[in-house]
Amino acid sequence: MTGIALHHYLALSAILFTIGVVGVLTRRNAIIVFMCVELMLNSVNLSLVAFSAYLGNPTGQILVFFVMTVAAAEAAVGLAIIIALFRNKQTVNIDEINIMKW
Amino acid sequence: MSIVPAELVAIAPITLLTALSLIVLVIEALMKQSEGVSYAVSVVGLVICLLISLGTIDLTGTAFNQMLTVGGYGSLFSSLFVIAALLTVILSRDYLQKEHINFGEFYLLILFSTLGMMLMAYAADLIIIFLGLELMSICLYVLAGFMRKRLLSNESALKYFLLGAFATGFLLYGIALIYGSSGTTNISYIVQNFSTLSSSSWLWMGLGLLLVGFAFKVGAVPFHMWIPDVYQGSPTTVSGFMSTGAKAAAFAAFVLVFAHPFENAEKLKTVLSLLAAASMILGNIVAIAQSNLKRMLAYSSVAHAGYMLIGLAAANEMGWNGILFYLISYTFMNIGAFGILSLLEREEEKNLTYDDYAGLGSKRPFLAALMSIFMLSLAGIPPFAGFFAKYYIFVAAINANLTWLAIIGVLTSVVSVYYYLRLVVMMYFQEGEMVLVEATSKASSPKFFELRRASMAVLTISAFALIELGIYPSTILTIINNLR
Repeated sequence: MTGIALHHYLALSAILFTIGVVGVLTRRNAIIVFMCVELMLNSVNLSLVAFSAYLGNPTGQILVFFVMTVAAAEAAVGLAIIIALFRNKQTVNIDEINIMKW
Repeated sequence: MSIVPAELVAIAPITLLTALSLIVLVIEALMKQSEGVSYAVSVVGLVICLLISLGTIDLTGTAFNQMLTVGGYGSLFSSLFVIAALLTVILSRDYLQKEHINFGEFYLLILFSTLGMMLMAYAADLIIIFLGLELMSICLYVLAGFMRKRLLSNESALKYFLLGAFATGFLLYGIALIYGSSGTTNISYIVQNFSTLSSSSWLWMGLGLLLVGFAFKVGAVPFHMWIPDVYQGSPTTVSGFMSTGAKAAAFAAFVLVFAHPFENAEKLKTVLSLLAAASMILGNIVAIAQSNLKRMLAYSSVAHAGYMLIGLAAANEMGWNGILFYLISYTFMNIGAFGILSLLEREEEKNLTYDDYAGLGSKRPFLAALMSIFMLSLAGIPPFAGFFAKYYIFVAAINANLTWLAIIGVLTSVVSVYYYLRLVVMMYFQEGEMVLVEATSKASSPKFFELRRASMAVLTISAFALIELGIYPSTILTIINNLR
């Protein structure tokens, strides 16, 4: 890790996480929103691996494997939900998915 | 390294439920017309699982390299989850047939999400909390969208999924920062070394993000936006399951992580008190404006999350025990209320507004009486469990010098009486022509009648539980107080 210290990884991870959050809040296409959520999860993976290497302790990397598995399961369910919706409504724009309002 | 089988026995409720879920999975994969078989196997398995959960309550210690705690707190919560699952499964059978979504996968998904809830309550490590939470949530995303031909159900599933995954991101980032600052994900290690670890700002950032994740899952204001839409659009019995089992699981993990280390963390108490106050005020006031009963119960569930958060903010033994008692009584009353909605609901979201319930008191006196019990208990009126649950929480708040929070709690409960009693008034004092399901569909089929009896039995048991917990709260409270 010559020249690249822990805080560089953490800063990159924080930037990616923020991009993900902003994307979820501003984008209107359900699939892009979903991709932004995945970006958030992967930015967390980056910090976990960085911490794990820095602390010399494998727990973080084990958690990363779990996160990747969970993210895969989530992707399967999420895309299925989006397809079910698209079949009924012919759109994935979340501004148009608004039958229920308070 | 101890031998694995002994540990498998120590966490018997989880082992058993896993085996049960896998059996139902195989049944679903191999059998045609499997819905009835899956239903029967799930009910029998859940009853056994309930007995075993109650039987393991006296065990102590940890299992699997301090990944899981054994007995006590986890066992009590897992009994609660199994009860919620059992009531939901039995009530759902009628509903699923009525809505033509009677697929056996429904029971399978309920079982798997119950397993996730159990993991959250038994967790001794943040990794297990994360895995349990995701196992529960992913199954619930599917259940929310179970009526896949119905746009409302699709919409609620999509909203639940996107916002749920979003919240998971925060929760996970919180876990990562806590891991980075303490070098471990073991909860008891973090709790014991909290005074030395708390100098790190990463730990506090991590706890803050974790708080956001949990507040989202319990549905506290300002992280409640998903609750009304999801509860309204999901199949009715699933809404009942989400509002009780899933909320209880989120609170189980919330208390596990946030209770003990922070007895002296004043800032954290302030944040929790503000969340509680905002949830109680907003939940109760917006619930008044609703005409759809599912949506009304959704806002009321936001308000109830607020009451339970008082217990966390009070940060004393009485507050934590109060949350447990509150969750137990809330499970019975809310599953009961959603259960009655599901029985009277007709296809295409009919029979779901206040006006539809006019005159129910003279047409179906027994159902109306049960619904009144659930409503009065939700409002916190004395002979029922809801009253004692609130009382216990408010006393905890006053003991912790949070009198202002208790006052807000009492005032908002008074507000809530309006919209709960409105339904009771509708049922008994208004004339109306409710078109009941039995009159239109398979009333002649004897099989259908039998199922309805099972549902009625479940509702009656819930109502009796509320009365018994309200009059003799000590039966459960002694168990809760002897837990740790």
